[in-house]
Amino acid sequence: MKFGVVVFPGSNCDEDAYHAAKDVFGQDAEYLWHKDTDLKGADVVILPGGFAHGDYLRTGAMARFSPIMSAVRSFAERGGPVLGICNGFQILLEAGLLPGAMLRNKGLKYRCEHVYLRVEQTDTPFTAAARAGQVLRIPIGHGEGNYFAPPETVEKLEANRQVVLRYTDPRGQIDDEWNPNGSVGAIASICNERRNVVGMMPHPERACEPILGGVDGRLIFESIVSAMAVK
Amino acid sequence: MRARVFVTLKPSVFDPQGRTIADALHSLGYDGVADVRQGKYFELDLATSEAAHAKALAAEVADRLLANPVIESYRIEVD
Repeated sequence: MKFGVVVFPGSNCDEDAYHAAKDVFGQDAEYLWHKDTDLKGADVVILPGGFAHGDYLRTGAMARFSPIMSAVRSFAERGGPVLGICNGFQILLEAGLLPGAMLRNKGLKYRCEHVYLRVEQTDTPFTAAARAGQVLRIPIGHGEGNYFAPPETVEKLEANRQVVLRYTDPRGQIDDEWNPNGSVGAIASICNERRNVVGMMPHPERACEPILGGVDGRLIFESIVSAMAVK
Repeated sequence: MRARVFVTLKPSVFDPQGRTIADALHSLGYDGVADVRQGKYFELDLATSEAAHAKALAAEVADRLLANPVIESYRIEVD
């Protein structure tokens, strides 16, 4: 299978995602420049972390005007799997591919550390290899990861089981002290109603090899690789 | 005409930057400052001489780009 890793001006986790797909998981991978207009046959699209277009105006706000995003939107509408990591999640929100918005972290600090995440949903292409309730340890690195949506939107997300990961303590219990950014409902990751588009603030590509301090991020990549193999 | 667009977080949305600025002002002794909300300010030079048109245009671009309607609201002045 082939990963397409979108590169915006200001992306800085594109090489990490490419490395994970290509070198760690042995899959085909190709960079997609933001001015490209087609996905070059990618089976899965990753919007990587970073600061696309300098995060001018709002994080992720300018990226939706990049030509590649029309192709990403069509791909998502056809059911193609799309994963937005960190800034990629912010881009999916601003592009309207996922509901809600990001606010500054509650404590205002840029948080760069490992967090614990409870897997809430396993019927997405990016979490299918996980067990419901499994606790993952994956790093974050963001200043604006405080997920916000109006109460009616959050209720809909919960009712439709669209919350994919939540920040928890190491035992999988929700606790404000273990919520690094103040996200409503301790939300770290959501999917769309069709479940093929997933946004997550943590960086699974930074947790695929022991030398990086943990391998729990492998589950995200293993999920999509298995999901595509079945097809 | 010129339009001024003031974008702020909706009242229901917590503004951690505004809160921190308010705390800083309190530490400077300005106890009379009850709260602070931080926002963004845009000046648009518009190629129209009609105030109604300028306002409508500014509202349109605010809706489509300058503000994120999930978390922000805006106010427009034209002259």
